[in-house]
Amino acid sequence: MHLDYTPEQRAFRAEARAWLEANVPKARLPSFDTAEGFEAHRAWEGRLHAGRWSAVTWPEAYGGRGLDLIRWLIFEEEYWRCGAPGRVNQNGVFLLAPTLMEYGSPEQKARFLPKMASGEEIWAQAWSEPQAGSDLAAVRATATREGDDYVLRGHKIWSSRAVFADWAFGLFRTDPASERHKGLSLILFPLKAPGVRIRPIPQIDGEAGFAEIFLEEARTPVANRVGAEGEGWAVCMATAGFERGLMLRSPARFQATAARLAALAARGRPDATQQAAVLQAVMDAEAYALSIYATASRLMAGGRIGAEASCNKLFWSELDVALHRAALSIQGARAELADTGDGWLDGYLFSLAGPIYAGANEIQRNIVAERVLGLPKG
Amino acid sequence: MDFTFSDEQRMVADTVRALLADRCTGADLRRLMGEGARDPGRWQALSDMGLPGLMLPEALGGLGLSEVDLVLVAEACGYAALPEPLVEHAGVAAPLLAAFAEDARAAAWLDRVAAGAATVALGHAANPFVADPDTAGVLLIAREDGLHLIEAASAGLTRIASVDPFRRLFEVEAELSPDTRLADAQTVAPHLALALDRGALFAAAQGLGLAQRAVDMAADYARARMQFGKPIGANQAVKHHLATCQTRIEFARPVVYAAAAQIGQQDLFSRARISHAKLAALGAADLAARAAIQVHGAMGYSWEVDAHFYLKRALALTGTWGDEAFHRARVAERVFGAPLDPDRTFASAAA
Repeated sequence: MHLDYTPEQRAFRAEARAWLEANVPKARLPSFDTAEGFEAHRAWEGRLHAGRWSAVTWPEAYGGRGLDLIRWLIFEEEYWRCGAPGRVNQNGVFLLAPTLMEYGSPEQKARFLPKMASGEEIWAQAWSEPQAGSDLAAVRATATREGDDYVLRGHKIWSSRAVFADWAFGLFRTDPASERHKGLSLILFPLKAPGVRIRPIPQIDGEAGFAEIFLEEARTPVANRVGAEGEGWAVCMATAGFERGLMLRSPARFQATAARLAALAARGRPDATQQAAVLQAVMDAEAYALSIYATASRLMAGGRIGAEASCNKLFWSELDVALHRAALSIQGARAELADTGDGWLDGYLFSLAGPIYAGANEIQRNIVAERVLGLPKG
Repeated sequence: MDFTFSDEQRMVADTVRALLADRCTGADLRRLMGEGARDPGRWQALSDMGLPGLMLPEALGGLGLSEVDLVLVAEACGYAALPEPLVEHAGVAAPLLAAFAEDARAAAWLDRVAAGAATVALGHAANPFVADPDTAGVLLIAREDGLHLIEAASAGLTRIASVDPFRRLFEVEAELSPDTRLADAQTVAPHLALALDRGALFAAAQGLGLAQRAVDMAADYARARMQFGKPIGANQAVKHHLATCQTRIEFARPVVYAAAAQIGQQDLFSRARISHAKLAALGAADLAARAAIQVHGAMGYSWEVDAHFYLKRALALTGTWGDEAFHRARVAERVFGAPLDPDRTFASAAA
């Protein structure tokens, strides 16, 4: 065990920092849940891609740099340190891409990954349905083969980025007689196509960050199925595992928030309770970083992500709420002000989604109890 | 950047864990309560592995290993709620004595100290009482004028009862003079600071073990205990208690390991990391021990169930080697005393 960066890792950090400092937009971009902001963030994805920074862990052939996980962490640290924009294509780059790398055909990789890396195609996820939230195996949307196409019918909901995105990935019942986890397939489909109707759903902050997707005989080629027909559950769980496990929420993001919180506390006059909340949140942000570094080290030494990754999602989602709530407490009477531009209020509202998306924390606690501690299913 | 333990480090800890699973069971603990709380045979077995001298230089009869090597062993000792003072001896007191190996009075003890034939007890300003001087061979006592060394048998000891039935705390009365003084205050100050950090680090490591033990025993019980026709562990209320505890453990563990790796820095950053480790690990231990009691229901409140051993050890270690207020203050020094950028996770003053 030695916890220090190599000269090569330091040089990589310097390279990433230099590029980011020269390229990160000086002014904050409008929210990517507005039409204008979405395109501004798409342009940022393109700029990242031009510098080959949009998907650093991917193989070079698809626009990445083939970086190991420690360098990915270093890049993320520099990314969030300099206040770069949120990643509008995170559903694609961090969630779908790892699944495509593992389960996708060479043709699928060649067709989808480069345009994902460049931001030409932005991805939404289409997992939940009105009757299938935490109980994802209850999905009813169907994909029926007609020639070389699947015809999609059904109703997807809570689809992040779907209002403006180009493509979505989702779970469909390819065997109409099947039940539960069987007979499902992971299918990629275009959102700007006949038979696809999008109804934006305003979020808690008033912006249309997610949407309902009504599929009324929409078509997508059979070639856009990822993995074998009927094997969608296993393929999807791999996606969910990546999401919970590592890629979706890099620790640097919370550490950057923690640094801003400490600065806010240092400028204000926190009482003992507020100070204790600040210290706890800062410690937790560091603990999350140390944990991910340890996991990255283990993976690089040949280990695998296990069920304990469910602890990650519990921890970062509750940490994010705590960081923002501590800041609002210190802001006192100014906490309610909507247009301060400091991001605390928006961040707080967004943080409240964390314990819900990517598997509600109640479900995560069940998973930890059942798979890590061996308690019986309820 | 390598945040993993070597195979050898894991193997030593596995061996200790297996030995203690065999020789430090709940039944063993209960038997010892009436017999002075110490098991000489078990101590001998631990000594045969070279553990008392683990951190002493090989030239002084030790294994020449470091805090990173001992931290997993300390975790295993916490898991078993080991009564014997292996962790403080091997991790704190013996290395402090060895720091003065050039002094003949210290050197005279080192062979036996490394072999575990004589233990070192330490009176440190961080702690109001001295642990385990009654079974020690030699006492190190820090006073304003420096560090003193006396033979343990020459000290007057007054027992102070701890809630932990296996803690042996004493007030020590000793005739100290310039002849007993091993080093003056200025010389010894950095050594005592390091001793405090080691004490806190290894208390944290024991806290990890205590926490995991409490969760494991509660999970065992939750699988076996039937109510309403099903195991109580099938209920989400029970699951969520234990999942919350396990999550606290998972995010204390890497902090403790990083603290072990960074302790040598002896700067603002390493001190805050050690303090964070102690707060996180013993916080997890306290939460987990209380959850274990709750999950056991009325049984959990009884003397018969071992959960209270872990609760009491966690309480004792929480206040030892710096209490929560002390360690939070050290974290605050770092948080408000130096930039917190994400690239400074492994910061050191030397960098």
